[in-house]
Amino acid sequence: MTKRMKIRTRTQEGMIEVQVLVTHPMETGLRKDKQTKKTIPAHFIQKMSLYHNDALAVEADLGISISEDPLIGFRLPTAKDGDKVKVTWSDNKGETGAIDTVVEG
Amino acid sequence: MSTMKRRTFLKGTIAAGAVLAAASTGLLRPARALAAEWPEAAFESRGIQAAIKGLYGSSDLTSSDAIQIKAPLQAENGAQVPFAVSTSLPDVKNINVLVEANARPLAANMRVERAAGFFSARLKMAKTSDVHVVVNSGGKLYTAKQHIKVTAGGCGG
Repeated sequence: MTKRMKIRTRTQEGMIEVQVLVTHPMETGLRKDKQTKKTIPAHFIQKMSLYHNDALAVEADLGISISEDPLIGFRLPTAKDGDKVKVTWSDNKGETGAIDTVVEG
Repeated sequence: MSTMKRRTFLKGTIAAGAVLAAASTGLLRPARALAAEWPEAAFESRGIQAAIKGLYGSSDLTSSDAIQIKAPLQAENGAQVPFAVSTSLPDVKNINVLVEANARPLAANMRVERAAGFFSARLKMAKTSDVHVVVNSGGKLYTAKQHIKVTAGGCGG
């Protein structure tokens, strides 16, 4: 199933900040279904990458202590208006997603 | 087809079959060998020392006031606790966030290629806890923490 994503850029403390939101359950694999008493299988984003003008800027490994529908922020000190930024992710079930935008401080 | 040619043909087919089998079972994974693997042992760790050791082979940490944490002192909803860290330390290679009281404390391992020493996310917090940040600055590990009081937990079930 395709997960919805949103991306935005803004200026924070003199730098371009990229914020990305992924609609994702971030299921821990530690919870039990109250009715069936069965463990709900883990389903969470493990990797997220940020590209700035097609060059890798950040690679982040994520775990189950990240909230549902993760809102993740990174800052790019050399980014300027008009630059291209892209975020990709993959989860423990092999699902992936990507979104890109143009920097607008 | 002569006996000889048939034998060569069969050998070739078997060899090609073996390569395909190896590829499909994951013995050959050229694409994945390039990207760093998700550090499973560190994320499965139940304590912050073990998680840090899993990532760096050492848990020798130095407290630093060059790490700034921006997070609430009290969170009403442990399922979505806003958390941001920035650092003025030089040559930042990694930033880690760990929620001490969670069953699996390690929340994130950020590798900086060409970005600022900044990371923000919303955390799950099962209960009131210290949240630790570890920064790998030029191969040395620095740390800071903030105590966050949670009035409703985020890992219910």
